[in-house]
Amino acid sequence: MAPRTLFEKVWDAHVVTEPDGQSPLLYIDLHLVHEVTSPQAFDGLRANGRRVRQPHRTVATVDHNIPTTPRGLPIADPIAARQIEALQKNCREFGVPLFDMDSAEQGIVHVIGPELGITQPGMTIVCGDSHTSTHGAFGSLAFGIGTSEVEHVLATQCLQQKKPKTMQIDVRGKLPAGVTAKDLALGIIGQIGTDGATGHVIEYTGEAVRSLSMEGRMTICNMSIEAGARAGMVAPDETTFAYVKGRRFAPNGKTWEDAVRAWRALGTDPGAKYDRVVTIDAASLAPFVTWGTNPGMVVQVNARVPELNSFTQESDRRAAEQALAYMALQPGTPIEQIAVDRVFIGSCTNSRIEDLRAAARVAKGRHVNPKVRAMVVPGSQAIKQAAEQEGLHRIFVEAGFEWRESGCSMCLGMNPDILQPGERCASTSNRNFEGRQGRGGRTHLVSPEMAAAAAIEGHFTDVRKWQFS
Amino acid sequence: MQPFRKHNGIVAPLDRVNVDTDQIIPKQFLKRIERTGFGEFVFYDWRFAPDGSKKSDFVLHEPRYANATILVAGKNFGCGSSREHAVWALADYGFRAVIAPSFADIFANNSLKNGLLTVRLTDNEMAEIMRRAGSTQNYQLSIDLEKLTVADGRGFSASFTMDDFARHCLLNGLDDIGLTLQHEAAIAAYEAKHPPLAEIGAILPILR
Repeated sequence: MAPRTLFEKVWDAHVVTEPDGQSPLLYIDLHLVHEVTSPQAFDGLRANGRRVRQPHRTVATVDHNIPTTPRGLPIADPIAARQIEALQKNCREFGVPLFDMDSAEQGIVHVIGPELGITQPGMTIVCGDSHTSTHGAFGSLAFGIGTSEVEHVLATQCLQQKKPKTMQIDVRGKLPAGVTAKDLALGIIGQIGTDGATGHVIEYTGEAVRSLSMEGRMTICNMSIEAGARAGMVAPDETTFAYVKGRRFAPNGKTWEDAVRAWRALGTDPGAKYDRVVTIDAASLAPFVTWGTNPGMVVQVNARVPELNSFTQESDRRAAEQALAYMALQPGTPIEQIAVDRVFIGSCTNSRIEDLRAAARVAKGRHVNPKVRAMVVPGSQAIKQAAEQEGLHRIFVEAGFEWRESGCSMCLGMNPDILQPGERCASTSNRNFEGRQGRGGRTHLVSPEMAAAAAIEGHFTDVRKWQFS
Repeated sequence: MQPFRKHNGIVAPLDRVNVDTDQIIPKQFLKRIERTGFGEFVFYDWRFAPDGSKKSDFVLHEPRYANATILVAGKNFGCGSSREHAVWALADYGFRAVIAPSFADIFANNSLKNGLLTVRLTDNEMAEIMRRAGSTQNYQLSIDLEKLTVADGRGFSASFTMDDFARHCLLNGLDDIGLTLQHEAAIAAYEAKHPPLAEIGAILPILR
C-alpha cells in the first residue's frame, strides 16, 4: 500500500461505502451533542419517525448557555431554560446519555470528551460546534457540523462527506520560554490567514508540537477552525497514551494493549504526501495579542497596531480600517499601552488545568488592577475540582479574580457573562469577532499567562519579563 | 428541501471580507429551539442600533435592495461558528443564493442542506458584480444551476463549478438522510465489523 498520512488512515478506516456519483459515506464513532445546535435536529427525527441509531455513540451535555453562577440557582433567562429543558427531554426520549447541569461530569463538550477518555485516537468525532477540531489532538478526525448534519448523524451514525485535502504545518525547533500553544496557534493564523486552511485537514508536526502536552495540542487543534481548516490533527504518541490511560471510558487491561498497538500505527508513513506544506520557525514566535476583529489580525506583544498602509490588498486594508474603528484603536499604538476593562480566562481553547495553573502562577501574590473585572471559568466540573484541590482557586480569589462554575461563558456570551458596549477584554477564547462577547465589546485574544498579566497590570504586558515566586 | 434550479433576483452588495456567522446571526438569537423565524434577526447588530432602531445606512435597508434575493460579498463568507441558524436566517430573510470568492466549509455544507446556493466566483467577477449592483438601479442576476452560469443580461456573465453530487442534491431537493438510509446494509455490515473499543454507552448514565 502507498504511504499514507494520519488523516488518510483515519479516513480510510471509516469509509462505509462510496456509491457511484455520491460523496463517500463516513462512519462516525462519536457524536457529541449540546443544547444549542440540537433541538431542531431532534425535532427533525420526530417529524420523520426516526430514532437515534446509536445512542451509545452519542453523548450530550449542557455548556453554551448555562450560567456560571452557583449551580443551585434557577436559570434566570427563560429562553435559555427552555433550550436546556428541550435537551433533557430529547435525551430522555431518544435514550441519549446526558451530563446535565448538576452532574459532576458536566463541562464544555470539548473538555469533557478528552478528560473522560471518551475521545480516543483514530476515532471520527463530530459535534454541532466548530471547535470540535479540538479532539484532533488525539489523532482523531474531529470536525464541526451544522444542525442538519447533527440530525443526519443521529439518524444514520454516518455523514456524506467530500474528502478534504491535507495540509502539514511543520513547526520546527522549540517554542521559546514564555511562548505557549496559544501563541503558536495565533502565530500560525497570523501567517496563513483565517481562510488559509479552508478545505484542508491540518496535521501539526515538528519538534515544537511533539513537545506540547495534550492540553497544548488541544489548544492548537481547537484553533484550526480559525484558520478555516476542516480539522486539525496530531499523531498520537507516548504523551497521548499517558493522557488517555486510566481515564474512565478508556480501554483497559488487554483491550488497552490492543488499542495502543493500533494507535501507534496511525502516524503518517515516511514518504506520504500532503497537498500543502507550511513551515513555521518556532524560535520566531512570541506572545501574541489580536488587535482586530478576526483571529488573523494579530501581532506580537512588543509590536504596535499596524499602519493601514502596511496592507497590500485593498480588501485587507479596508477590513483593517473597519476593525480598528470597531476596536477604537489607532494605527501605531504600542500593544502594551492598550488598557483592558475585563479579563476572561476560560473557553474550550484555554480552560484546562494546565491553563489555570499557568494563569495562577502569574496571579500568585499579585492583585487584579482595580479598574479591571477578571473572571476564571474552568472548562469542566472536574477541572474546577482539581484546581480547588491544588488551591488554585485561592490564588485567584485572593488576587481578585472571580472563580466561576464551568461552561462556555464569555467566549460567546450566550449566558449572562457578557461585555458591556465599549468594554475591552483580554480573553483566552478563540474569536474576537464583532460583538462575540457582547454587543459593542472589544475582544483581544491572548494566552492564559498574558490574560492574567493584563488583569494585574490593567493593560497588555509582555509576561516573559515577569519574575515568578 | 426546496430544490434550486434557476433563479433570477435583485442583488445586494455586502462589501466586506470574512463575514462571520456571528455577524449573520448574533448569539442572542441562538437560544430559540425552532428552525424558522430567524430572518428578522439576520445581520442584527449591523441592521439595528442598540435601541432597536433601523440603521438606514446598512445595505439591506437601502430601499433599492429591499427585495434582494441574491447577496454578493467578499472572500471567506460564513467563517467562524458552525451555527446553521446563519443559513436559516439568510434563507428566511429571502435570500436564495450568496455569491463570494470563497466560503467557509461548514457554512457551505449548511447552505447545501437548506437549498441556499453558494456560488464561488473569482475576485474580479465578484468585484464587477459588486460595482454593477452599486451603480445600476434594480440590478438583477440570473443563476442557472443546471448550466452553472451567472448572468445579468447586460453583458456580464460568468460560470462556476460545484461538486457534482452537491449539485444533484440541490437540483432535486433531495433529503440526504433518506439517501444515506438506502445504504442500511452497508452501514450494518460496517458496524458488525467495527465494534467500539469501549462500550461508551454501557457505562454512561442515561437520564430516565
